[in-house]
Amino acid sequence: MPTFEYAPAPESRAVVDLQSSYGLFINGEFVDGSGTGFKSISPATEEVLAEVSEATDADVDAAVRAARTAYTRVWSRMSGTDRGKYLYRIARILQERAREFAVLESLDNGKPIKESRDIDIPLAAAHFFYNAGWADKLEYASLGTNPRPHGVVGQIIPWNFPMLMLAWKIAPALATGNTVVLKPAETTPLTALLFAEVCQQADLPPGVVNIVTGAGPTGQAIVDHAGIDKLAFTGSTGVGKMIARAISGTRKKATLELGGKAANIVFDDAPIDQAVEGIVNGIFFNQGHVCCAGSRLLVQESIASEVESRLKRRLGTLRVGDPLDKNTDVGAINSRAQLDRIVALTDAGEGEGATRWDNGCELPSKGFWFRPTVFTGVTQTHRIAQEEIFGPVLSVLTFRTPQEAVAKANNTPYGLSAGIWTEKGSRILWMADQLKAGVVWANTFNQFDPTSPFGGYKESGYGREGGRHGLEPYVKTGA
Amino acid sequence: MSRVDVKKTYKLYIGGKFPRSESGRSYEVYAAPSGRSRSTAPRFLANAAQGSRKDARDAVTAARAAQPGWAGATAYNRGQVLYRVAEVMESRRPQLVQEVRDAEGLSPAAAEAVVSQAIDRWVWYAGWSDKYVQILGGLNPVAGPYFNISASEPTGVVAVLAPQESSLLGLVSVIAPVIVSGNAVVVVTSAERPLPAITLAECLATSDVPGGVVNVISGRAAEIAPWLASHRDVNAIDLTGAAGAEGVDWATLEEASADNLKRVLRPGGSGAEAVEPDWTATPDLSRLTAFLETKTVWHPKGR
Amino acid sequence: MSTSTDLPVAAATDATARARDLLGVTRLTNQALTRWLHGLPGVDQVGCEARAAGLGTRSIKTTSKQWAIDLAISMIDLTTLEGADTKGRVRGLAAKALLPDPSDLSTPRPAAVCVYGDMVETAKAALGDSGVKVAAVATAFPSGRASMAVKLADTKDAVKAGADEIDMVIDRGAFLSGDYLTVFNQIAAVKQVCGDARLKVIMETGELVTYDNVRRASWLSMLAGGDFIKTSTGKIQPAATLPVTLIMLEAVRDWRDLTNRQVGVKPAGGIKTSKDAIKFLVTVSEIAGEDWLDNHWFRFGASSLLNDLLLQRQRMSTGAYSGGSYIADDSPSTAY
Repeated sequence: MPTFEYAPAPESRAVVDLQSSYGLFINGEFVDGSGTGFKSISPATEEVLAEVSEATDADVDAAVRAARTAYTRVWSRMSGTDRGKYLYRIARILQERAREFAVLESLDNGKPIKESRDIDIPLAAAHFFYNAGWADKLEYASLGTNPRPHGVVGQIIPWNFPMLMLAWKIAPALATGNTVVLKPAETTPLTALLFAEVCQQADLPPGVVNIVTGAGPTGQAIVDHAGIDKLAFTGSTGVGKMIARAISGTRKKATLELGGKAANIVFDDAPIDQAVEGIVNGIFFNQGHVCCAGSRLLVQESIASEVESRLKRRLGTLRVGDPLDKNTDVGAINSRAQLDRIVALTDAGEGEGATRWDNGCELPSKGFWFRPTVFTGVTQTHRIAQEEIFGPVLSVLTFRTPQEAVAKANNTPYGLSAGIWTEKGSRILWMADQLKAGVVWANTFNQFDPTSPFGGYKESGYGREGGRHGLEPYVKTGA
Repeated sequence: MSRVDVKKTYKLYIGGKFPRSESGRSYEVYAAPSGRSRSTAPRFLANAAQGSRKDARDAVTAARAAQPGWAGATAYNRGQVLYRVAEVMESRRPQLVQEVRDAEGLSPAAAEAVVSQAIDRWVWYAGWSDKYVQILGGLNPVAGPYFNISASEPTGVVAVLAPQESSLLGLVSVIAPVIVSGNAVVVVTSAERPLPAITLAECLATSDVPGGVVNVISGRAAEIAPWLASHRDVNAIDLTGAAGAEGVDWATLEEASADNLKRVLRPGGSGAEAVEPDWTATPDLSRLTAFLETKTVWHPKGR
Repeated sequence: MSTSTDLPVAAATDATARARDLLGVTRLTNQALTRWLHGLPGVDQVGCEARAAGLGTRSIKTTSKQWAIDLAISMIDLTTLEGADTKGRVRGLAAKALLPDPSDLSTPRPAAVCVYGDMVETAKAALGDSGVKVAAVATAFPSGRASMAVKLADTKDAVKAGADEIDMVIDRGAFLSGDYLTVFNQIAAVKQVCGDARLKVIMETGELVTYDNVRRASWLSMLAGGDFIKTSTGKIQPAATLPVTLIMLEAVRDWRDLTNRQVGVKPAGGIKTSKDAIKFLVTVSEIAGEDWLDNHWFRFGASSLLNDLLLQRQRMSTGAYSGGSYIADDSPSTAY
């Protein structure tokens, strides 16, 4: 009997109308940036998708000024109800053009189409819907007395969930009455630029949302600009610290959503098949390019070998390849630089004595790829147990008692997320209390919702995004 | 012939004990000039312990050790303990009034008012202990079969630069909101007006506040604060007391705090200027929420 | 704990001995069974359903789809289980099994025809040595509410009439009241009178309600000697859902790891379209593995499914969408 080979099932690219080059979106229009352009490539094929402008200090200044004018003249004077209606419009257009966004996201980022189609884009639209409703209800949000916007908000987002992070940032900022200058990551700028078109279609007043593309220097220009009242950043802890230093001594506020090294803790009474799924989803979702990824599996010693063998069997069924194929589970690594980092850290893992295993799948000849990889025999002192790899690499550690699990889980400067797998309710609640993490998933993992606050303890940053809590950083209160 | 009274030695308060500074140093504390005394020479009050870098280090260690237990106490219990502080302060009212008068150069009536407000502020924050979590958190209606709840937790160990001017009311106003949620605190007192802080520490020591939850270091913020700002086992820092503190640049402290991404409560004022707030104003929750983390827990709902 | 006493003394000594060995007990008591079954890992409903839904989004195209459609046809237990069944209707069903699509003789045949016990003889006569099996429901199907003597007689009768396979129902009442030993003993006893016929154990998962129960019933059925575990009678909703089948596939996979013995899986009831059938095959492939992608180890209990698969088959061979007029059917069934 022949094996069940799924034939290729590629999503059509025709839905996306890619331009050869894109400008900056400032004051409601696309304008040429004054810096040298850069190319955005598809990490799955290394094909050039489009040329993108690089915003210089002067461009950022123009964007901030447009945002300030829009804030002063239009947005801060508009009723919350009307602000909300603009957000509803944006949400609807995102739904209407969802497939286009999903395909473009997968092309530019390398993530599987089933994730961009079923998670990133629907959730992005949901964030606009959720925040739209807050716009005229802020006084009910328990934010303090007289909630009002800061003014102009600078937002810098990462490459792992380009559209979703854009929505996390822009939706609450606009709902609370701020205007925005947003910089997408240099490897994934295209959906943000498509979003600029959405703003145009929604007739959003010019200058309320400005999109400037570029790399570190463009971000620095936003951080340093005197006209920025508040910053929101999602990215590495290293850059987060730089931002915190840069704004010290000023009155700029900041929300920082940074790295993580989450422990996914599996007890011997866990619902084992779902736990295995949760482990897989925890670290191989989005190629492990997830700040809250469950990159450290802490498994109770008594079931370690069983979990390991079930996990490996499961990883054998993961389909790695073309991000646009509807059956792809794991897509491409976002960039050469990220792939190099993953390779370096995994080599270190091997060098330090952990046992390496991968699922042996075939990888495409072009593009940036890394096999789903599991390290066993890892200890807390290994670099792969301490440093954020941000790739499809799981480190397996063991524990004997709940106390030991908690101690190991918390034994990191990070504190973004954690997972608990056990059928014992009281243990879940005890563990959840003990874990120093902003999000705790019990008997599930990597769930996200616009109503649910997200953000970290310790060096995973500060401030929350999502839910009522996500409004808080965007308003000032009191007399 | 009047009795020769027994003078108090003002020491540090670390880990529930009253040690002298490990440095062996002390400094002279004088009464603030007031009405009649303005033209006369400053009146000597006491030799206060001059806290050092190592005292701060020890205080952080004590705070770290005490924090989990304090956070693990029930909110009801923490509320009672804070209320107990108010009771003990009330019973030591004459002493506090005298010390505030001396420290701040106030009239008796004004000093009485300050002490009353300081006591009332404990009562106000004590009442929040089992309520703010309800106000700030709750069930999130996620679009899926999940129980999802957000609740506030203390951030951990908080360093506080106490106000330089308001030696008791300001001090209480910065300590109470930090500890009510289960944080432990290391406070650097007003440099010139440390004595009410030490007396407050004595109240805390006799009010069921577990040792190490509040640690009080008298001395100069310029000397101690940089060590707290850069200390990697401190989770947050309140720079309120940078206003008017000699030799303290809050921007530098904030910059040092970035190393482990401390939560920073900036001093009052606008721009680079630091201004001490008006402590008589009714507080809001902002000082409490500044030192909270939001934890969100998900669980599936199934049969 | 109550144990039933109305079983033949000779019942199922093999199964009991094997169970004692597996459980590590000297006497197979209900307590021992309870501990064993309740020691199985729990099933989280939400996670399980999310996994099934994920498998359901697999997109199967072109050659793989053709292959899957033919495989699905070959896995069907073409079923009629109506009070109004007649010999004529059963003969019609058998004819359909022998020649599913007269317009395309390359169409594979279903695995079996599934009927009530009194129709076994008719079905057997119609199918002859075609290789299409005759399966009979037995043991007071669908409720199972009869004495053990009746259930055994029902089974023996069907076997004697030539049934190749017996589809029995478990005593859900006993199961839900925690009397696992009774369920075990009944399955073992039925298995013993099956002789060479393969025994499919219908758990009626819609009445077991929870996935934990489905997992326990699956293991109990395998422990007692079932050759197949089957979801449903088709008379109770919900019947064969994807998550339930997923749990059963996990069970047979883990059972083989433990005992080196392979057990088949049969979802029955409610699977009507080719799209559904392919989702089940994807699940078989990814959960249990390739070894189960064979009609000896996986069946669909269905009637209308065959015609939808034939429509799809015609669509793929002609390139045009087909319609009911091109599907020859002697007795278009409305049974589940």
